[in-house]
Amino acid sequence: MLGLLLVHASFSAKARQANLEEKAMLVKTLKLTDLCLFTEARYTRHLSQADLNTAFQDHPLSLEHFPSGSFTQPPESIRKLP
Amino acid sequence: MKNWIEKQRYIIDFTISSLLRRKVKNFGLLALYTLIVFILASTMFFTYSIKKEASLILKGAPEIVVQKIVAGRHDLFPVNYIETIKNIRGVASVESRLWGYYYDSLVSANYTLLTPPSNDGVKQSAKTTVVESESGGQPAKLLFELGGAVLEPGTLIIGNGIARLRDIGKGDYMPFRAFDGKVMNFRIAGTLSSESELVSSDLMLITGEDFRKLFGIDQSHVTDLTVAVSNPSEVAMVASKIKNRLPDARPIIRDEILRTYDSIFNWRGGMMIVIFSAAVLAFVIFAWDKASGLSAGERREIGILKAVGWETSDVIQMKFWEGAVVSLTAFFSGAILAYVHVFFTGSIVFEPALKGWSSLYPNFKLTPFVNLEQLTTLFFLTVVPYTVATIVPIWRAATIDPDSAMRFTGE
Repeated sequence: MLGLLLVHASFSAKARQANLEEKAMLVKTLKLTDLCLFTEARYTRHLSQADLNTAFQDHPLSLEHFPSGSFTQPPESIRKLP
Repeated sequence: MKNWIEKQRYIIDFTISSLLRRKVKNFGLLALYTLIVFILASTMFFTYSIKKEASLILKGAPEIVVQKIVAGRHDLFPVNYIETIKNIRGVASVESRLWGYYYDSLVSANYTLLTPPSNDGVKQSAKTTVVESESGGQPAKLLFELGGAVLEPGTLIIGNGIARLRDIGKGDYMPFRAFDGKVMNFRIAGTLSSESELVSSDLMLITGEDFRKLFGIDQSHVTDLTVAVSNPSEVAMVASKIKNRLPDARPIIRDEILRTYDSIFNWRGGMMIVIFSAAVLAFVIFAWDKASGLSAGERREIGILKAVGWETSDVIQMKFWEGAVVSLTAFFSGAILAYVHVFFTGSIVFEPALKGWSSLYPNFKLTPFVNLEQLTTLFFLTVVPYTVATIVPIWRAATIDPDSAMRFTGE
């Protein structure tokens, strides 16, 4: 059964190749930087473009409160800062 | 060998009939176990597929995006910075981007408004056409065309999510309130395909001229820049040179964008840790139940089996098969249900949490990137701990004297 599942996954991934390429081409054409996963806040819509004070967006004690913030982490570039 | 196989067959037969004798308890256990595997497998399939899809889709993202930062926040980028960046050795081209957000109070949704690049760098699915002005005195205009929809002043090309949410389509008009309070009406020139919703659900393509009128941005500013580098190995070097020459600029390289999506849905994230903690806690309860000993009935059963001639090893084998039957059934059912859940129903169980407070949510179908490694990890996370946890108490019970096992009334 699990073998069938793997076979199905492999065939489906191949069948959806054209769709992936369409999305990749749109990203390249429009110079997009992010996936449209969470539209509730600017920094969750464009996760990689979030600014440095996202966690304290309104004032120093107003911590991140959007539900999608609990799924994601700050961009890599921010976490690398000393 | 044949004898050994026959013996195992009889033990498995006995095990299954023994399990069926305690139907309610075992089916309850199986259902709970399947649910835990289902949650873990769904999380694993969903996060892996979305990460993989992000890495494939975003490989065409700009090599470097340069923002201007003022007081820690993203600010408009002065056009006169462009020359400074162009003069850096290794920079192949610099392009400005105009994009921003618009909150539609009618449906409480945020849209991303974007001006398509005006040059003809990429022509495979979109093209920019140079159109001579009819009056002759005006300069030539650049028109953007995507999937048959031509973007011209006064028009928009909208993402499928917006079309669905507002129930609008090609030819309809959409009003916007500009920065100065004036109402601007745009005609919808076309919609982006529903297949591309994962990247374009909330997108609105607008001409640069209209974008500036809507948000009151003068010609001396843009939102940010994209920089192409001649040699891909010099991207980080060029980014650091930009940072040195323009200290208030923040370059974001493509690798950072990809890494951001690689760490998305990390297990340490809030919601993920809740799911994993619940699953781990459930396993601890299972293991505790098993490791703390057997019920009086099970001990009596072992005593009787030993009294009728079963050896300790036979009893351990029987209980091993019992654990294996339950855990393998739960593993297979949980994994298959999770596959159907994530790739056929669009992760319907996770949907409310993923949507959060957004009114506009992309309707996307994930590509099933499932491999043997994920299934093996899932197997070792779920089946092995349970099977191991059943062995120790069985060994303890199987080594005691049959007489005392049958007399034992349990805790």
